[in-house]
Amino acid sequence: MSAVIDHGHGDHPHGPAPGLMRWVLTTNHKDIGTLYLWFSFCAFLLGGSFAMVIRAELFQPGLQIVEPAFFNQMTTMHGLIMVFGAVMPAFVGLANWMIPLMIGAPDMALPRMNNFSFWLLPAAFGLLVSTLFMEGGGPNFGWTFYAPLSTTYAPQSVTFFIFAIHLMGISSIMGAINVIATVLNLRAPGMTLMKMPLFVWTWLITAFLLIAVMPVLAGVVTMMLMDIHFGTSFFSAAGGGDPVLFQHVFWFFGHPEVYIMILPAFGAVSAIIPTFSRKPLFGYTSMVYATGAIAFLSFIVWAHHMFVVGIPVAGELFFMYATMLIAVPTGVKVFNWVSTMWRGSLTFEAPMLFAVAFVILFTIGGFSGLMLAIAPADFQYHDTYFVVAHFHYVLVPGAIFGIFASAYYWLPKWTGHMYDERLAKLHFWLSFVGMNLAFFPMHFVGLAGMPRRIPDYNLMFADFNRVSSLGAFLFGATQLLFLYIVVKCIRGGEPAPAKPWDGAHGLEWSVPSPAPYHTFSTPPEVE
Amino acid sequence: MSTHEQYYVPAQSKWPIVASLGLLTTFYGLGSWFNDLKAGRDSLSGPLILFVGALLLAWMLFGWFGNVIRENRAGLYSAQMDRSFRWGMSWFIFSEVMFFLAFFGALFYVRTFAGPWLAGEGDKGVSHLLWPDFAFAWPLLANPDPKLFPPPAGTISAWSLPLLNTVLLVSSSFTVTFAHHALKDGNRSRLKGWLALTILLGVCFLILQAEEYGHAYHELGLTLGSGVYGATFFLLTGFHGAHVTLGSIILAVMLVRVLLGHFTPEEHFGFEAASWYWHFVDVVWIGLFVFVYVL
Repeated sequence: MSAVIDHGHGDHPHGPAPGLMRWVLTTNHKDIGTLYLWFSFCAFLLGGSFAMVIRAELFQPGLQIVEPAFFNQMTTMHGLIMVFGAVMPAFVGLANWMIPLMIGAPDMALPRMNNFSFWLLPAAFGLLVSTLFMEGGGPNFGWTFYAPLSTTYAPQSVTFFIFAIHLMGISSIMGAINVIATVLNLRAPGMTLMKMPLFVWTWLITAFLLIAVMPVLAGVVTMMLMDIHFGTSFFSAAGGGDPVLFQHVFWFFGHPEVYIMILPAFGAVSAIIPTFSRKPLFGYTSMVYATGAIAFLSFIVWAHHMFVVGIPVAGELFFMYATMLIAVPTGVKVFNWVSTMWRGSLTFEAPMLFAVAFVILFTIGGFSGLMLAIAPADFQYHDTYFVVAHFHYVLVPGAIFGIFASAYYWLPKWTGHMYDERLAKLHFWLSFVGMNLAFFPMHFVGLAGMPRRIPDYNLMFADFNRVSSLGAFLFGATQLLFLYIVVKCIRGGEPAPAKPWDGAHGLEWSVPSPAPYHTFSTPPEVE
Repeated sequence: MSTHEQYYVPAQSKWPIVASLGLLTTFYGLGSWFNDLKAGRDSLSGPLILFVGALLLAWMLFGWFGNVIRENRAGLYSAQMDRSFRWGMSWFIFSEVMFFLAFFGALFYVRTFAGPWLAGEGDKGVSHLLWPDFAFAWPLLANPDPKLFPPPAGTISAWSLPLLNTVLLVSSSFTVTFAHHALKDGNRSRLKGWLALTILLGVCFLILQAEEYGHAYHELGLTLGSGVYGATFFLLTGFHGAHVTLGSIILAVMLVRVLLGHFTPEEHFGFEAASWYWHFVDVVWIGLFVFVYVL
């Protein structure tokens, strides 16, 4: 392996290397984006199959399919894989593909580190999933892994869980550094910050959140490791520590994390809605500032996850009001999306369907979040299915629909073919119905007191749970249709023009479809 | 952004995948070793896998950094690439700051909230019911359950070795800056002298830190297992020590590069990044000296 001294002047651009090693050794942002997206989809199917196990067990009251101990591993692994394996890598994949195209850059700023960020993920998830086959089973303490359940009472595979989290953290931090360096340093001449597409803006802010909180997650799992193996007492009151300390440090990471999973979707939807409304985005500047405000507030609301754990009243009040404040910038965003559609020439292709559903259903999830923010009310809702309903409403029709919308929106650019619109619409409607059937009844059983993470339940919850399970099976099976649509689109279909959407704006539509292996070797001039 | 056309997009590289495999092997070996130790199993497989992983990582570091240095010396990098490296290094240091913040946060939380509550003071003093005899003081020389966590007999005084270490490390921040000025002035012999002195100060710091740890473990009974004082003390100072070690190695690599004739007065980002890292390590120490030792 010698230092490679060809190219760099765009005078003899090379295409992709042949064979499998193309993907292993690549430094190309499009290749790496593709790898991220496929990895994310595999994780989505794996985490989804765990969800199917959970919903099958909860199809009727009583214990029938899996052991409670295994059920715990399923809820834990479902959460971990969906958060760290499906949603986050999908957005990094979109960032890799789209940010250089959107800002007129030849590639990401640090291409080899980009490859390193990706290939750490299979390592991390290989390690994580292998714990399921280890003695004592995999992680069974919930994706939030509260101490002492995850320290004193954990299966011994927790050590590998901790190192898997470290690997994911290293991957995320490097990915985020790459995004920031790219956005701040590689914009085409004339592309000022306030001319950047919102997807780039939201990713810039997301990257900042990632660099700020992933090290804190590394810190908390390190304290766990020390408590488990080296006799420290961070989370043990017997030595002067405090199990609640775990929750503070974890949620200092965990709350910004939920915005990490939704801000890029905000950005994508802010590109899609104007395109299919054939109007410029309403209130661009306020969108940027609202995103910044949400990011700032996300750092000072973490203890709303801990209202019942025992924090002083002053703390409860502060975190309650600070949390409610987030509704203001979020409201600005929803208002702007709706105003963009107002009197637009709307058409409802698949990306737009997912985007409109995003606005409506994410708002429902936002409202149940406001209910949970009210400390005295949260005393009732805490750890019930109402919480499960809330965060699935912000993550499934929020993050996941945002990813589907982005995938359909940019598939023509990636593959050079139009996807099958009829099947995509079917995918949308089946997902929409399935997801609402699965998660809406959870509000009711939650308010009636059904606890989360328990494999059995009271007879009175049986009907709603059956509906939830049927909806979940429908939603899960529908995603195989998505796989089929994507594969079909890659293999053929109506050739896509450079700009397949007549209302679209932005540099990514100025290059041919499919985008050539190297784009913008010489920077475009903006405005 | 006039240099945009010169932007260097590297071709395929094997180093990232070697790095991923190396990290995976290292962590797998470490985890197996820890689990074997805890279960009392006498097995060599963990340390062996760890060793293989460490070798892979060392090979990768030589290869990858060597690659970057060769490309740089071949003149492939533009001013824009230089800015990318600067952004990358700055945000990496920011991530390190946040890592230390988690441990400083734990220290503040225990001292300000959890400790007093456990002793019956404040809003959540009800937890006093657990150990009614427990009284909280910092440093924590009496743990709630002394059988599980035997408390230390004493703690390290700020005004002995730690003060000396502060002087050493703050001086080293000055010497590395003098070295940087010498580099910019083109005075290579002064550069070598100041840089070597910086490394020497770092190594002295580490030796004194080891001395302090020996004193804590063998004479004071201040260990990782001696309650939350020992836990926060050793994690904060230990991770800092690990960073000083890494910083010294980085500076040593820079010294080797200086001796090989690398760096020009105008263009020496490798050296600057090393000095940034060194200043960061220094600032963390000042935080440690104030909040761990003095207060």
